[in-house]
Amino acid sequence: MIELVVAERCTDCGACIEVCPANVLDRGPGGLPVLARVEDCQTCFMCELYCRADAIYVAPDCDRRVSVTKDEVLSSGRLGQYRRHSGWDEWADQFPNEQWLMETVFRRAGEAAAQSKAERPDVSGRK
Amino acid sequence: MTKSLGRAEKLSSSAGSVVFDADVLVLGGGPAGAWAAISAAEHGARVVLADKGFCGTSGATAAAGTGVWYVDPSPERREAAMASREKLGGYLQDRRWMARVLDRTYAQSNQLADWGYPYPSDDDGRPQRNSLQGPEYMRLMRKRTKQAGVTILDHSPALELLVDGNGVVAGATGLRRQKGDRWVVNAKAVVIATGGCAFLSKTLGSNVLTGDGYLLAAEAGAEFTSMEFSNAYAISPAFGSVTKTLFYSWASFTDEQGSVIPGASSKGGRSVIARALRKGPVYAQLDEADAETQRHMRLSQPNFFLPFDRTGIDPFRQRFPITLRLEGTVRGTGGLRIIDDGCATTVPGLYAAGDAATRELICGGFTGGGSHNAAWAMSSGYWAGQGAAEFARQLGTTIGRQAFRRGTVGLRSGSGRALQGGPLARSVQDEVFPYELNYFREAGRLGGSLRRLDALWTDASDADAPDEEELLRAREAAAMLATARWMYRSALARQESRGMHRRDDYPEPDDRYRHLVTTGGLDDVWTSARPLASSQFSEAAE
Repeated sequence: MIELVVAERCTDCGACIEVCPANVLDRGPGGLPVLARVEDCQTCFMCELYCRADAIYVAPDCDRRVSVTKDEVLSSGRLGQYRRHSGWDEWADQFPNEQWLMETVFRRAGEAAAQSKAERPDVSGRK
Repeated sequence: MTKSLGRAEKLSSSAGSVVFDADVLVLGGGPAGAWAAISAAEHGARVVLADKGFCGTSGATAAAGTGVWYVDPSPERREAAMASREKLGGYLQDRRWMARVLDRTYAQSNQLADWGYPYPSDDDGRPQRNSLQGPEYMRLMRKRTKQAGVTILDHSPALELLVDGNGVVAGATGLRRQKGDRWVVNAKAVVIATGGCAFLSKTLGSNVLTGDGYLLAAEAGAEFTSMEFSNAYAISPAFGSVTKTLFYSWASFTDEQGSVIPGASSKGGRSVIARALRKGPVYAQLDEADAETQRHMRLSQPNFFLPFDRTGIDPFRQRFPITLRLEGTVRGTGGLRIIDDGCATTVPGLYAAGDAATRELICGGFTGGGSHNAAWAMSSGYWAGQGAAEFARQLGTTIGRQAFRRGTVGLRSGSGRALQGGPLARSVQDEVFPYELNYFREAGRLGGSLRRLDALWTDASDADAPDEEELLRAREAAAMLATARWMYRSALARQESRGMHRRDDYPEPDDRYRHLVTTGGLDDVWTSARPLASSQFSEAAE
């Protein structure tokens, strides 16, 4: 769930408040986003993707709160990681859309499954 | 506000509500809703699209990546694409619909390319159009929806449909969560594109998918079909939301002691995992993926690795606890019943698209999600938008038409006790999450569950509307409850195992059930059997 908006990085653009599909954030005093309904966060990471300032940290736990500190998050190198690897905004050229590789992964998965079935003839899949 | 010709008209903006006049109202702003809105606008309609969250990030597609059932139009390839899925789906598909979805998906994908979607090329320079990156795709769809002249209402969940004196749908009303007021859209046709129901299981991007559109359609009298095909479970890390079951093709599965669980597999052995999870924790390690596959996994699905990178787990070299998250009708095939090629439902003026509609026509009783659902969203969205625009055009002027609110549970005054969405949602989850109830079905257990769910419905129906803050949660929980009852009634009616529906008491397919199960009703849930269109065709051909 979303755990932190790093205040000194936040540019107060309001994008996270707007794009969060679960309406987790509110505009706080002075305009900075506040985590108003964290329990509604579905851990979809979309706020990170739309944060051009790389100020948001979504913790991987989707069922419980975890405590993270600003210093930990800043030094972890994880801020902006998803946006970068997704080739979002200014990263488009450096990390082009490789979603199509899923097809290769898909095909190999089928081959792997066929192979493991051949190796384990006692295990029958559901007819 | 500048008003160009062809835009939905904002009629008034008094304190507490905003009123629009439109030809077509689309509920839901995922791929199906966006395609429906664009299509309706292209067919001359003035369109409003209302999304519960944000059109562009909402729903199962935006947060993930998806394959697309995009197949070159050579007869052999098309035939192979259709044939490959028939056994899996329990031979319930409709060949005519499969063919028209393949045609339409091909056209819509090429349209996306013309719009500038950055389809990559393979090593030989051939464009690859059989998958889409969710966030990129939906960012483009939002842009194109706006450019088509559609008025988008974000953070605007629908609460109930409006219906005229003749039973024709006349619009809807809902909340504007970030404005703290209400919206009303008077429309000549409505497209339900609110997605399926994943019961708040936290499966990636799906917590906005609580079956809301089902409930309001049912309140107007709509019917459902294939709701027994609603028990898809996806593998995810026990702590995380990212479900990408495919990647577990390379996993070994172990128990607490580290012993390999015999027969456990992401494909064909998921039921073994479900049974093992009832006894204790199950661990996975993607140790069978070679270096090249690992690289492809990282490049194609960066979000899969977020939970691992952030917990310091190397999923290829370390084992981690997993769980199965219910994906309900999002990856099932049940949904609103469609009665014509324009995706009309049984209610005049009401259309359905995407996961809100049944996918039985192309998937029968099984979908692995992704590919087919993405093709269906594009195709059914296009047709529903066109169908709704045509319906609106034929309806002509509706000045002076009276519209009545059709909402029921959670919207009326009752016993003096307000409906509480949170506790109700948890009670529904207690009936649909457990593997022994939903994954492995059996008459006695289904019957017991239905008795409890029916009692919850009676209670909810008697309750008062909660205050404005709690209204959305209450309606979501009521929609989940209604969905669970259609699912389990249909599951009881299908006394066999077929597609994803498996009955412990009837473990094999039974040819007497090679038909479709229709269901509906709120206070009294009913089911009935419907013959397959395709079987009639094949009999005629023989």
